[in-house]
Amino acid sequence: MKRDIILAGVGGQGILSIATVIGDAALNEGLYLKQAEVHGMSQRGGDVQSNLRLSSEPIYSDLIPKGGADIIISLEPMEALRYLPYLKPEGWIVTSSKPFVNIPNYPELEEVLSHIKALDHHVLVDVETLAKEAGAPAQAANMVLLGAAIPMLGIDHDKIIDGVSRIFARKGESVVNSNIAAIEAGYNASKH
Amino acid sequence: MKKLLLGDEAIAQGAIDAGLSGVYAYPGTPSTEITEYIQLSESRKLKVESSEAKIFCQWATNEKTAMEAALGMSYMGKRALVCMKHVGMNVCADAFMNAAITGVNGGLVVLAADDPSMHSSQNEQDSRFYAKFAMIPCLEPSNQQEAYDMMHYAFDLSEALKTPILMRVTTRMAHSRAVVELIDTPREQNTASAPEDVRHFILLPAFARKNYAELVEAQADFLQTSEESLYNTYTKGSNPKRAILTTGIAYNYLMELKDESQQLKVDEASVLKVTQYPLPKALVDQMVADGAEEILVMEEGQPVVEELIRGMVPSSVAVKGRLTGELPRMGELSPDCVREALGLDKLPTREPDELVAPRPPALCQGCGHRDMYAALNEVAAEHEDARIFGDIGCYTLGALAPFNAIHACVEMGASITMAKGAADAGQHPAIAVIGDSTFTHSGMTGLLDCVNCKSNVVVLISDNLTTGMTGGQDSAGTGRLEAICEGLGVEPEHLRVVVPLPKHMEEIKQILREEIAYNGTSVIIARRECIQTLKRHLKAKK
Repeated sequence: MKRDIILAGVGGQGILSIATVIGDAALNEGLYLKQAEVHGMSQRGGDVQSNLRLSSEPIYSDLIPKGGADIIISLEPMEALRYLPYLKPEGWIVTSSKPFVNIPNYPELEEVLSHIKALDHHVLVDVETLAKEAGAPAQAANMVLLGAAIPMLGIDHDKIIDGVSRIFARKGESVVNSNIAAIEAGYNASKH
Repeated sequence: MKKLLLGDEAIAQGAIDAGLSGVYAYPGTPSTEITEYIQLSESRKLKVESSEAKIFCQWATNEKTAMEAALGMSYMGKRALVCMKHVGMNVCADAFMNAAITGVNGGLVVLAADDPSMHSSQNEQDSRFYAKFAMIPCLEPSNQQEAYDMMHYAFDLSEALKTPILMRVTTRMAHSRAVVELIDTPREQNTASAPEDVRHFILLPAFARKNYAELVEAQADFLQTSEESLYNTYTKGSNPKRAILTTGIAYNYLMELKDESQQLKVDEASVLKVTQYPLPKALVDQMVADGAEEILVMEEGQPVVEELIRGMVPSSVAVKGRLTGELPRMGELSPDCVREALGLDKLPTREPDELVAPRPPALCQGCGHRDMYAALNEVAAEHEDARIFGDIGCYTLGALAPFNAIHACVEMGASITMAKGAADAGQHPAIAVIGDSTFTHSGMTGLLDCVNCKSNVVVLISDNLTTGMTGGQDSAGTGRLEAICEGLGVEPEHLRVVVPLPKHMEEIKQILREEIAYNGTSVIIARRECIQTLKRHLKAKK
């Protein structure tokens, strides 16, 4: 088993909590893991990414090569496209459809979405609406996205749910449940 | 026990488990998390047990005070760690270079986190030069596990060789997580015991000459230790004509491609993995004796080893790397550039999407620096050529749109002294913009220069009560900036305080105008808490 995942978004959107849940589930499965993060200056509203590598064999490089990523999981549609050169020909893009516009020259959203739709392997999710429908708070939107990526992760759905339960346990049962509801909403949207 | 740790956290845990008594640091990307991890583990510890084995871990005012305090702790026989980003080495260089002359009593490790590709920095200087400059051993772990293990080794080495040890890491190791296996029983701290021969620590020329002679003599030991180190490994390949030398994390990019490279026979090359310096000459000699005709040097940072081994190998051996174009001359290594250097085909990739626009970092919405710049820009525009000298921090982002406010930004504290130099050259208005933490780090002495010369400058201290850019660490002068400025001799009537909020815009502009008009040194403190730390504080109160 080997999965190279690029997590993308804008500083402050919460890509690292997606990585934390996947990482917890992966370690529990006995997989090797490396996760390179961006700290410092770019966190201030700039583009951020994290390279998450999972494998049943030892992993050397902290970075994913161009053309090497199995999945791009992005909380923002234009940010998903930013890492296109890193995606394998048969790789998947799983992204939120809602733009985060904090620059004056943000491209036409319709065009951005059409570029994503032109890819063979893509999942576009309206994460905020799905979170709301699932009765989860807006902060759980990233868990909807994680749920949508489960079919490509190479880790069983139930193992991810176990990971969420462990990670959010300290925050109480209702937080765990609303995050699980968010994951299920994304998972169901992705399957269909 | 196994733990998922950032490289920085592995370093911190390694130091704790090696019997650390104190960590001294000023925040700087990518080194900040080391000290934060130790602070967090201390605050957890204090809740459950007595403070007997307490580790000192409060932030220092700058890297020089950090280095000196660490040397003092080492003087007393205890183990000390100093952490900084690469450019912090410049700030502490005086103390660092002379600590190599004094030597140590308790183990002393200096951790420099380099930032090749300048993700959050103004240059990509390579700290390994400092180890060579000071003539001390240097360690460069290749992964998180080694970072953890080598911290223990570094303290052992420091105490055995009686010298400070420089450990050098780079961004990709510092900020990448992996599972690290920890030792079962952490080592106890040393008990305090002052040095037997204080002359080692008194660098009068007569004593210093003797110390320096000892340091020169110790070079052979340092080299032998490095050549025998388990952390430097040489593997002769089945085709030893081709050789690859890796330092630090470069080894990972090679190993990543090993399977793939079989068809191209790259895996038949001899490999020398270097993670300890001085460069193990005996291993380089062995590689040549085994028939190396070509050595590809892969190192993160500047071509330090590539230059060094040119003087070690016969001229018939081709040394390749960053200087010869096989690898890029600047920037961090990547799996992609290493692939190319090894002569492997590129992976099939897609073209970048032309729709994607750059998304540079920006000041947060609601940030006080924004209101400060809004007022400053309006007043500056009233002059034909106002010059604004910026400094290092979040407010450096004032250089970008929509503010485009600053005309210089060089290094910590330079805003004040460059504004002074410009005023000396006849510039008016000459305005410095500096944050509170940067001001106490390196701005206070420059302000004293201004006061002494009655320089015609306006110093605007944008005080957000924290060290913002690195994530909101305590700032050394919080609550005392007015007292500090007055103490340095700023005239009370030209020491003004404003609250940068849109509703105070007219007042701030008026004060700026008055102080620009004053022919002398003025300080305006624009004070409002960082909105990131404010959010955190409000949350904690709930």
